[in-house]
Amino acid sequence: MSPATQRITLAKGLNMGLRKAMEDDPKVLIMGEDVGKLGGVFRITDSLQKDFGEDRVIDSPLAESGIVGTAVGMALRGYRPVVEIQFDGFVYPAYDQIVCQVAKMHYRSKGNSPMPMVIRIPFGGGIGAVEHHSESPEAQFAHTPGLKVVACSNPVDGYWMIQQAIASDDPVIFLEPKRQYHADKADLDDTATPEPLFTSRVLRRGNDATVLAYGPMVKTAMKAAEAASTEGRSLEVIDLRTLSPLDMGPVFESVRRTGRAIVTHEAHVNLGMGSEVAARIQEECFYSLESPVLRVGGFDTPYPASRIEEDFLPDLDRLLDAVDRSLDF
Amino acid sequence: MPPFGPDLVEAFGPSQADGGPELIQLLTPEGERVHHSDFDQDFSAEQLRGFYRDMVLTRRIDTEATALQRHGELGIWAQLLGQEAAQIGAGRALRPQDYVFPTYREHGVAWCRGVDPLSLLGLFRGVDHGAWNPRDNNFGLYTIVIGAQALHATGYAMGIQRDGAVGTGDPDRDAAVIAHFGDGASSQGDVNEAFIFAASYNAPVVFFCQNNQWAISEPIERQTRIPLYQRALGFGFPGVRVDGNDVLATYAVTQAALERAREGSGPTLVEAYTYRMGAHTTTDDPTRYRLSDDVEHWKLKDPIARVQVYLTRNGLAEDDFFGTIQAEADDLGHRLREGCKALPDPKPLDMFNHVYAEETEELRQQREGYAAYLETFEGSTVSGGNS
Repeated sequence: MSPATQRITLAKGLNMGLRKAMEDDPKVLIMGEDVGKLGGVFRITDSLQKDFGEDRVIDSPLAESGIVGTAVGMALRGYRPVVEIQFDGFVYPAYDQIVCQVAKMHYRSKGNSPMPMVIRIPFGGGIGAVEHHSESPEAQFAHTPGLKVVACSNPVDGYWMIQQAIASDDPVIFLEPKRQYHADKADLDDTATPEPLFTSRVLRRGNDATVLAYGPMVKTAMKAAEAASTEGRSLEVIDLRTLSPLDMGPVFESVRRTGRAIVTHEAHVNLGMGSEVAARIQEECFYSLESPVLRVGGFDTPYPASRIEEDFLPDLDRLLDAVDRSLDF
Repeated sequence: MPPFGPDLVEAFGPSQADGGPELIQLLTPEGERVHHSDFDQDFSAEQLRGFYRDMVLTRRIDTEATALQRHGELGIWAQLLGQEAAQIGAGRALRPQDYVFPTYREHGVAWCRGVDPLSLLGLFRGVDHGAWNPRDNNFGLYTIVIGAQALHATGYAMGIQRDGAVGTGDPDRDAAVIAHFGDGASSQGDVNEAFIFAASYNAPVVFFCQNNQWAISEPIERQTRIPLYQRALGFGFPGVRVDGNDVLATYAVTQAALERAREGSGPTLVEAYTYRMGAHTTTDDPTRYRLSDDVEHWKLKDPIARVQVYLTRNGLAEDDFFGTIQAEADDLGHRLREGCKALPDPKPLDMFNHVYAEETEELRQQREGYAAYLETFEGSTVSGGNS
């Protein structure tokens, strides 16, 4: 490891990225429930209030619409609010403000009122939580014009992507895979130059099929590729990273080579991101496809009780099963 | 039955159609100047004539826009008839550095801020979603989702706090925000959350509720069991009820509430007690749900007539003053009629503009695809469009 390199978790990467953004721009504010002294229920904002003060790291009343709605006002005043929604399932009280106000403000004002706001949402399951703490609402936001939606999957991306999202003049829904917060560590070189925010990235090269994932499923996809390789199957893995806009260029390039694609997410399959990705692949890669694009995701049930969440969540085996079906088609 | 605290009527007084004893008034419907221990102030003849002019011209904007809708030139119009005093009083109490978050009915406040009424018509004609730049006049875009702007106002006020523009004592620096909404919006979660945030952070915001007694067809009794201004107390800040048809009282009370905010003393709820003389919008038919008796009763409280009586009786307006204002209103009406019809329609490709500050490749491709499709039609002249 070079002196510039640190070994960090995703939680740490996000915390460091937020800190850097606040140091770089005095207009950056953080607001949310318990983000101050507590540092957030996942400790993503740990120590930031201590170092930047209560005016810049704001513990809010317990009202999500209030958090996002007041952040709209702050953005209109020239601030760059970064709001934390404590859990995915608690974003719905703010849904109206996000969809009707945040997403449309730049458009309806003919560009006079930009909304440089980041809405951070810890998302996804796998942590044994009670109801409403394990959801994946990304498609509902990706379906909304005016919003941009990204999902980080690893500590290094967490560090860079949060800073890039804050620097964006458009509102960004920033999805953080909560089960990865404190899971794996990675080496961060904070002197490196990051890739642009709204780009997908090929994580592993392969020739037999392309697996598309984002957020918490990236790790599963990489494990699946590893397992498949022991059986002589070569999977390409792409971390989509950005869900709106989608960066399909690398996906099309890959699928034209492999002829097969499997897209996976924790969210319900019906009208999930996978549906859009599959549609675009068949529009652009029709003659390259050797088999139908398959989707592997959560079932179309409400998120189940946590004792059986491992059956709801797509895992290594379900992903490999889909790979088999694709290759055997 | 165990006691649960004071009886509601005992605590808040009986509900009264005339606004009750708490109603702050400086000019009666009959044009009599009355005095108030807390909110009285001296008004110059020039100020009074200015209020009159503002209200007459605002009413003319409203009348013309309603007629333009009937002629098919506007898709819809939200009338303010009867609420001129509430809006002009509140609008004229503002300083340039203050900021307004309106509903879709604040045509009088827009007038006070210097927003061209034609740009209001553009929204209702369907040529855009609001063509004025909020920063030009510190007047936000009309908000149609009921009550959402109360939170924006509160957040903006929190930004003012962070800019150090509260309580400095500098009259050109200290700023306040005013959030407009109606009696119907008082039931919205966003308005109540705005009350909580504003109280919690002591934000420099005035919540200005025009209680016009009706939320489309639903009377005020469906929204509240206590006088609306009393709600503020439960959130921890003061509330007052002012005669919303009295421009002097509305001005004085709003001015005091704004000053309170600017000096750092936090939010105030002002309930301007008024009446929606027209329909909710031009698509509404109030004869289905309310008695014409009520409307006749409120006609006697007309906000403009009482100022006219006061000016005349006290010799505060020259003989030709009223005629001059009438002529100005006629000119304005003419300008609006002609200007409205001349508003250019947007081009089809304009719909792709300004979705994002940084346009996405996906959207650029959709724009190009649709442009190419349009070009396939004979005689097509696709233009407009680049963001």
